[in-house]
Amino acid sequence: MTEVKDAGSGGRTKFIIGGLLIVAAVVYLIISSTQASAQYYLTIDELISKGEDISDRDIKIAGAVVGDSIEYDSKSLTLQFTIVNVPGDLDEIEKAGGLAEVLHIAVADPTASRLDVEYYGPMPDLLRHEAQAIITGRIGEDGVFYADELLLKCPTRYEEEIPVQAQES
Amino acid sequence: MDHLIADAGFFALVITFILALYGVGAAAYGAMKDRPDFVESARHAMLLTWPLLTISALALIWLLVQGRYEFQYVASVTSDSMPAYLRVTALWGGQKGSLLFWSWLMAAFASAVSLRKWDRDRELLPWVIVVTMVTLAFFLSLSLFFEENPFVRLWLTPAGEQVAAMIQPKGASALVPADGQGLNPLLRHPGMVIHPPMLYLGFVSFVIPFAFAIAAMITRRTDDRWIRITRRWTLVAWLFLSLGLILGGRWAYDVLGWGGYWGWDPVEIAAFMPWLTGTAFLHSVMVQEKKGMLKRWNMVLIILTYSLVIFGTFLTRSGVLSSVHAFAESAIGPAFFVFIGVTFVASLWLLISRWDSLKSENQLGSMFSREALFLLNNLLFISILVVCFWGVIFPLISELATGQKVTVGPLFYERATAPLWLGLLILMGVAPLSAYGRSSWKMLGASMWKPMIASLIVPIFLYFQGMQIIGALVGYWIASFVLFVTVYEFWRGAMARRRQHGENFPMALAHLARRNRRRYGGYIIHLGVVLMAFGIIGIEIFQSETQATLAQGEQLTLDRYVMTYDSLSQFDTQDGRNVARAVVAVYEDGEFVGKLYPRRDFYYASQQPMTIPGVRSTLEDDFYVLLVGWEPIAQAGATFKVYHNPLVNFVWLGGIVFIIGTLVAAWPDRERDSLRIRTSAKSSVAQA
Repeated sequence: MTEVKDAGSGGRTKFIIGGLLIVAAVVYLIISSTQASAQYYLTIDELISKGEDISDRDIKIAGAVVGDSIEYDSKSLTLQFTIVNVPGDLDEIEKAGGLAEVLHIAVADPTASRLDVEYYGPMPDLLRHEAQAIITGRIGEDGVFYADELLLKCPTRYEEEIPVQAQES
Repeated sequence: MDHLIADAGFFALVITFILALYGVGAAAYGAMKDRPDFVESARHAMLLTWPLLTISALALIWLLVQGRYEFQYVASVTSDSMPAYLRVTALWGGQKGSLLFWSWLMAAFASAVSLRKWDRDRELLPWVIVVTMVTLAFFLSLSLFFEENPFVRLWLTPAGEQVAAMIQPKGASALVPADGQGLNPLLRHPGMVIHPPMLYLGFVSFVIPFAFAIAAMITRRTDDRWIRITRRWTLVAWLFLSLGLILGGRWAYDVLGWGGYWGWDPVEIAAFMPWLTGTAFLHSVMVQEKKGMLKRWNMVLIILTYSLVIFGTFLTRSGVLSSVHAFAESAIGPAFFVFIGVTFVASLWLLISRWDSLKSENQLGSMFSREALFLLNNLLFISILVVCFWGVIFPLISELATGQKVTVGPLFYERATAPLWLGLLILMGVAPLSAYGRSSWKMLGASMWKPMIASLIVPIFLYFQGMQIIGALVGYWIASFVLFVTVYEFWRGAMARRRQHGENFPMALAHLARRNRRRYGGYIIHLGVVLMAFGIIGIEIFQSETQATLAQGEQLTLDRYVMTYDSLSQFDTQDGRNVARAVVAVYEDGEFVGKLYPRRDFYYASQQPMTIPGVRSTLEDDFYVLLVGWEPIAQAGATFKVYHNPLVNFVWLGGIVFIIGTLVAAWPDRERDSLRIRTSAKSSVAQA
């Protein structure tokens, strides 16, 4: 792109090497950071089938909240609830009648997979029966999902991209 | 009557679209067949776009303010409980309105450009018209043909189905909702009111330099004429984009309730990417003006900025970020995709065909010369762009390739860009000390070592104050280095003026800035960045938090702060929300410093809760309290999440200095460049 004068031996080479070094550094930064922070986005069924492979990775998981299962101890700020498997494929959701409908069906279905979640932090306002919970965290040895971040969407608001308030512990 | 106004608004849209297409055709024809009358006609068409679209915008605003809920858009973004000024801002509160708003702003800049004195640049005019009108036509086409028309009404068909259309469907009856849904409460904050217009202004105004760049390439006027013409346009565009980003951060801090201001959300990044290439472009053009170098870089940067502007609008509006599938479902997603693809490829193709004519007039003498540092500057900004782009694209690629959805969180961006930001910070301090042309590390080192040593007093002082984290100490050292160098530049320049003109110091400073606005405005901007860096390092590295449920009278502790929970009241307001408001008392080092009122609003109509923090702000830090839960009156306990954010207000302070600097740089002054003499072979005088 820019002409380089040959200032002594390998003048031009210096620039090319310098440029390549920067490119190499950036590539390294990208790859190492991706590996360090990539999160799989799974449904409960996928999590169960993947089992051990991802027991040490950060996962993002979505499910329908079962209202009856919500337990909160405000002194210790410990929240426990159960979520039910919801399909991840948007086409499937559309065919079933939309996200609100799918959440409703999931919660009522006794054969759908369930997952217990534990979270330390304030009780989210939107946590209620049939809400969609998108949770980031890890699966524990006891099969309970320990959440670092909890994102809740109100069942009726899926038409538009609106900013939501995320809760983090 | 109101329906007539709506129809007028819609017809104005249609006519503007036709005018835009006519402008493209007439300008191109006039250029290719050497018919200046056609080009002039196209210019008039371009001029008319703004008055016409103003009719559309005013029509929609009228409907919003009047509360005509039979119009689908009005019903979706306004409600009875909203005050009038908020209804006006609802113009950009939803998809359809904001696309019209985008078009209106684009037309404003297009009309403004059509009014400038074109005598010296007649050959550029037709192509500037073509590029701006193509862009405008695209956005108008979204409103007209891709289901984004804000003037459609609601109807009830005989089958009982609700449809939206301009013309009454057969047998259907008009549907007039009793009340609208109302604007999302998160959007009712003053920051959120200005933030979208600022961003859109930033986006839209970058189209103008891009148009000139394309015109320059097509007409082979690849000297720096197009850059000097667009210098102020670029600065203004950059000002708006920067302001939009800063306001977005402030809004997030005030309202979204996670104690931070930047979450590396894909939508934030969508607006950030054009800022990265825009900033690189802003710097890089200086080298082209001074030394006739980096021409190819500048073309690449402005092409990228334009494509990223459209891409940014696309990312925010098309739903692609929730999933690739959502993108395909939306009507406008594919349209954007095609438009970006076609314009990007066409621009690149043009660039490649003009590659030779963009050869540098001078050669890069040394790795330590100022030109080389600007080149490094470009590389660093592009690298950060690549990181951001990768972060946004990676989930989409992995989903398409493996079916498995993967995302990257903020950690990815922070880790990958931190060294790059540090590099840029160092450059900000080193570049003013460098010289154009031949240089060596000895020469650069000679001018660097004094400020580097002098600025060491800051990290040393901080260390003895208790700061132990190496990363923070290094960051503050470099930020101070930049501060010293920049302040020294002012001091040096003012002292020189004093010697020459005998002015007193303040006058010398003022005249200094006036005689070379770009340089000293730029230094003020750098000072703003340094202040922001001080704040960002403070809050990112030293933020602490805690959360607890307190009974009335109980207290919690965070660092040297103690907070007691006094009381909580809950009540309904007139504008349709329920407010739970806590009163807490804050003590710093044992001394009472004030009461705070964190609250939780719940908007009935939209079922949307909103947490507003109670914040005690000083220059030193913020004590930031969120009310995140409360028991019914009987138990009277409340849950709080509290953040201690050191130095965060330097971020906003730095932002203000930043904006002031941009205004200084952009302020109009006398045209001095007609007599510019350059060190290269070509001279610009030949064009006169």
